[in-house]
Amino acid sequence: MSGVLMRATNVTAVYAADSGKDVPAVDNVTLEVPDGQILGLAGESGCGKSTLGNALAMIANPPLYVVAGKMEIGEETIDLSTLAKGANEVHRGYRGATVSLLPQGAMNAVSPTLRIRNLVVDVMRAHKRDTTKEEALDRATDRLKMLEMPTRVLDQYAHQLSGGMKQRMVTVVSTLLNPQLLIADEPTSALDVSSQKALIEMLLAMVEKKIMRGVIFITHDLPVLSMVTDRLAIMYAGKIVENGPTEELVNNARHPYTSALLSSVLDPTEETRTKHVLGIPGSPPNLGNPPSGCRFHPRCKFAMDECSATEPSFLYERDHAVACWWANKHAFETVPMEVNQA
Amino acid sequence: MSEQLDTTPTTGPVLSAVNVTKQFRVAGGHITAVDDVSVDFHAGKVLAVVGESGSGKSTLARMLLRLMPVTSGQIMYQGKDVTHIKGGELRKYWTDVQAVFQDPFSSFNQFFSVGHTLRRGMGRQHLSEENLDQLIETCLGYVGLKPADAVHKYPHQLSGGQRQRVMIARALMMNPKVLLADEATSMLDASLRVSALNVLQDLRDNLGLTVLFITHDIGQACYLADEVVVMEHGLIVERGTTDAVIFDPKNDYTKRLLADVPDLKGSLKVRKDG
Ligand SMILES: Nc1ncnc2c1ncn2[C@@H]1O[C@H](COP(=O)(O)OP(=O)(O)OP(=O)(O)O)[C@@H](O)[C@H]1O
Ligand SMILES: Nc1ncnc2c1ncn2[C@@H]1O[C@H](COP(=O)(O)OP(=O)(O)OP(=O)(O)O)[C@@H](O)[C@H]1O
Ligand code: SF4
Ligand SMILES: [Mg+2]
Ligand SMILES: [Mg+2]
Repeated sequence: MSGVLMRATNVTAVYAADSGKDVPAVDNVTLEVPDGQILGLAGESGCGKSTLGNALAMIANPPLYVVAGKMEIGEETIDLSTLAKGANEVHRGYRGATVSLLPQGAMNAVSPTLRIRNLVVDVMRAHKRDTTKEEALDRATDRLKMLEMPTRVLDQYAHQLSGGMKQRMVTVVSTLLNPQLLIADEPTSALDVSSQKALIEMLLAMVEKKIMRGVIFITHDLPVLSMVTDRLAIMYAGKIVENGPTEELVNNARHPYTSALLSSVLDPTEETRTKHVLGIPGSPPNLGNPPSGCRFHPRCKFAMDECSATEPSFLYERDHAVACWWANKHAFETVPMEVNQA
Repeated sequence: MSEQLDTTPTTGPVLSAVNVTKQFRVAGGHITAVDDVSVDFHAGKVLAVVGESGSGKSTLARMLLRLMPVTSGQIMYQGKDVTHIKGGELRKYWTDVQAVFQDPFSSFNQFFSVGHTLRRGMGRQHLSEENLDQLIETCLGYVGLKPADAVHKYPHQLSGGQRQRVMIARALMMNPKVLLADEATSMLDASLRVSALNVLQDLRDNLGLTVLFITHDIGQACYLADEVVVMEHGLIVERGTTDAVIFDPKNDYTKRLLADVPDLKGSLKVRKDG
């Protein structure tokens, strides 16, 4: 796997429902993080991004089951399935230090009666028993400084921090073990621009210094993704539909969903003051009962007969992949953006 | 929803904070989270509050909502001092003034289904079952959810953005006069986000809804807000129309805040060779 930090292949993860009807929130996803790079993951709310993050970080808990998938990372090949006997023990060995998840909305999981400094020490010791208090706090203090946060937060309780402070605190905690791969799920959704910038610079610096070897950055903030990521993967209804170098994907979207999503972005310009943006018509699909063929077809302005009949497979154009019938018929063409506002 | 609208005529601002201060005791002293802030919310306008993390935006919103006592100052609603109202008066206030909080992971009762949460919110507004179902469908529809896909679910079965959307729907069901939205759209994708902003625009234009819109996203403020207030360290450092504050900022902090705002194509990462 030269040049590749992590390759996840054919990952499927389902929520078991009481009704007996499973909801496959991640459906046969294959994804790669090149060594030393940042991969952005964006897509509709509820399309399965956090679920994929949990599957890759090997922390899926019932009712979520990873039913298939393997991950190659460094020299290791890991069966991601949670169904195999003893899977939990195997997965535990990789959590935190090999792959670490910065979970969405995490700070609520932290007990309000625990001081941040104790949390920091606990996290380090859980991984390495003989960590001294000083070692743990030194590392946390360094990271806080990189984030331009006052070190007094170490003496505070989670409920005493503002939303953005909590979010940055979670970043510090989830990078304490210097993971090879960090999966950051909405790490900046409550941050003002300058705090966002500090957080992003910290992640970039950690990758640059090889403290970490790669990051999967999940967010709805597409301008932020365009700023920090090397590649982007776009997810719709449990599947990756497009994956390519960020600049190319932003300037030359090949999938109609990507294009529609990009044209909903509100840039802070005078034009935004007066224009009316429609958003994508129709509702997000029900993952328990997704549309046939291409799952975007009921909402797609380019849909044709084959779209509802057959699922499109990936078409590779250099290192830009897209799963769409329109793209198949229009090699290398950019989806015409005008259509989105018609 | 329009037939429910109470059209009490009001003059002056609907809601105001008058010289409001909040101090917290913390290890080794105290923090002034909100420092002598005065701000007016005018009927049928959207006022965006932007500013650095920790600058006091959520604290201000919590005091306006009467979820947190002020250290000093007053909250005025429709010309009346509501800083210390209690009981029935406070409950009435809480139907008129609705909030959507920053963190959709903490502001839910984990034991109630979405349907129960939505119905419970409507507790004392006497609606027939049929009208209630209709209202739930309308308000969930505003945020791209269908009752059949949502009402039987529990919070832990929803994604971050789905929770946020349920909270927005719940607030809108109450047909509020004022909506305090604290980073309420931060976990929505660009398309659902703009749809939610369009709903707020419609409610503002057609029903005169007043909105306090706390956001870190200048693009959203640009699209939705009539006025913008900038906070730094508990103080309001700049205020004015959206055009004035965003395109012609006077304060140094505002200028810095705006200088780094990423946009979709202008911010493409400068890629290293090899
Ligand atoms: N415990 C659960 N049981 C059943 N369904 C669930 C459960 N948890 C999540 N889901 C469903 O799985 C789907 C994927 O959820 P996920 O949290 O991965 O979405 P997401 O892409 O991260 O969305 P967001 O951007 O809103 O955070 C959603 O449609 C959600 O309703
Ligand atoms: N309950 C509390 N106890 C002690 N300090 C608090 C408490 N709540 C907030 N603070 C402090 O008050 C300040 C303002 O917090 P607030 O939550 O209002 O900020 P904010 O502007 O909403 O920030 P963000 O954009 O990060 O959400 C912060 O320094 C925070 O640590
Ligand atoms: S496969 Fe068809 S329906 Fe799907 S995105 Fe492409 S054109 Fe649209
Ligand atoms: Mg998520
Ligand atoms: Mg806040």
